[in-house]
Amino acid sequence: MLTTKTRRSLGLALMFGAFTLPAWAQTVKVEDPWVQATVAGQKATAAFMKLTADAPVKLTGGKTPVAPVVEIHEMVMEGDVMKMRAIDGGLPLEAGKTVELKPGGYHVMLIDLPKPLKEGEKVPLTLTFTDAEGKTFDVAVEAPVHPLKREHEKGEHGKKAGHEM
Amino acid sequence: MMPPLIEDGDTSGAPMNGIPLLRHACHTFLVILAFALSACNRAESSSPFHATELHDPTFGRELRLPDTQGRLRTLDDFRGAVVGVYFGFLQCPDVCPTALSRAVEVKRLLGEEGNRFRIVFITVDPERDTPEVVRAYLAAFDPSFVGLVGNPEEVARTAKEFRVYYRKVPTGSSYTMDHTATTFVYNAHGKLRLAVPHSLSAEDFAADVRRILAE
Ligand SMILES: [Cu+2]
Repeated sequence: MLTTKTRRSLGLALMFGAFTLPAWAQTVKVEDPWVQATVAGQKATAAFMKLTADAPVKLTGGKTPVAPVVEIHEMVMEGDVMKMRAIDGGLPLEAGKTVELKPGGYHVMLIDLPKPLKEGEKVPLTLTFTDAEGKTFDVAVEAPVHPLKREHEKGEHGKKAGHEM
Repeated sequence: MMPPLIEDGDTSGAPMNGIPLLRHACHTFLVILAFALSACNRAESSSPFHATELHDPTFGRELRLPDTQGRLRTLDDFRGAVVGVYFGFLQCPDVCPTALSRAVEVKRLLGEEGNRFRIVFITVDPERDTPEVVRAYLAAFDPSFVGLVGNPEEVARTAKEFRVYYRKVPTGSSYTMDHTATTFVYNAHGKLRLAVPHSLSAEDFAADVRRILAE
């Protein structure tokens, strides 16, 4: 489902693409990124966001000045047991289909944090994608830090700003 | 073995425009189905709880671990309050904050009775989760939440007593913990009454706690 805003930016992207042809570069749109706050001594956290690629690519890694190790993870429930795993080979994105990295699913794991991340800080995060030919490209974003205690959300979509329906 | 836990499947974040009517129809169907089932199998489905009700379980009978101040805690310390016991670890970026945020919301939904609902968090990663860090972490959710930090043997013994599964799993340069994400709920008399699955909503959880508070 496309919001007006998304449609407009897709339109712009297409126009822009037309102007810069033939040097067409693949891009991935990153929306609503956020990182979960940590307390002193807590060595890992996660970044969440929505990703929309314009061609089939994979999210294969990332870099950030706040943590030396960045991994792409998936969380699964087996019965009532939670398991977290690195996604081998990266997270596949289909062209035009938004994939949401959110609690209960995928996240970008930031590991070995030397210091805590406080609410209100902005975390620079460079995401690395790999296209069908194996070429990599980066997309840089700034992800605000959200508190550990999450706002109450029901099962339905009701979270986070930036959505005009 | 644990009793089968109810999955209520409301974890999807997908937009649901236009679905309420359909959902209502499904709901009605399920209510009728549930009624039909209860008619043929009364004993099985007579539980008034959203979570799995436990009848004199032979597990979770003892809890004996040091808190983040080093004081030994037992279930007796919490008499008079409904207690939710949850096993987790601090490098868990996903289900643990979700479960603890839900507990905060349950407490809020209980209103004035909220101060008779306590959460006990037991780390399954005592190697990394020191008492100081656990204390700071829980304070970020609610100052009344109690953290218990045992040594590896004590944690293993406690998990066994609760039939909680946990396992260290290597991931890249580090390791993570697989663990049972169930919250075990005791009534004010110290009796284990419910196994609350991770997927249960705060609203249903709060409704169950309200009922347990009245026992
Ligand atoms: Cu992870």
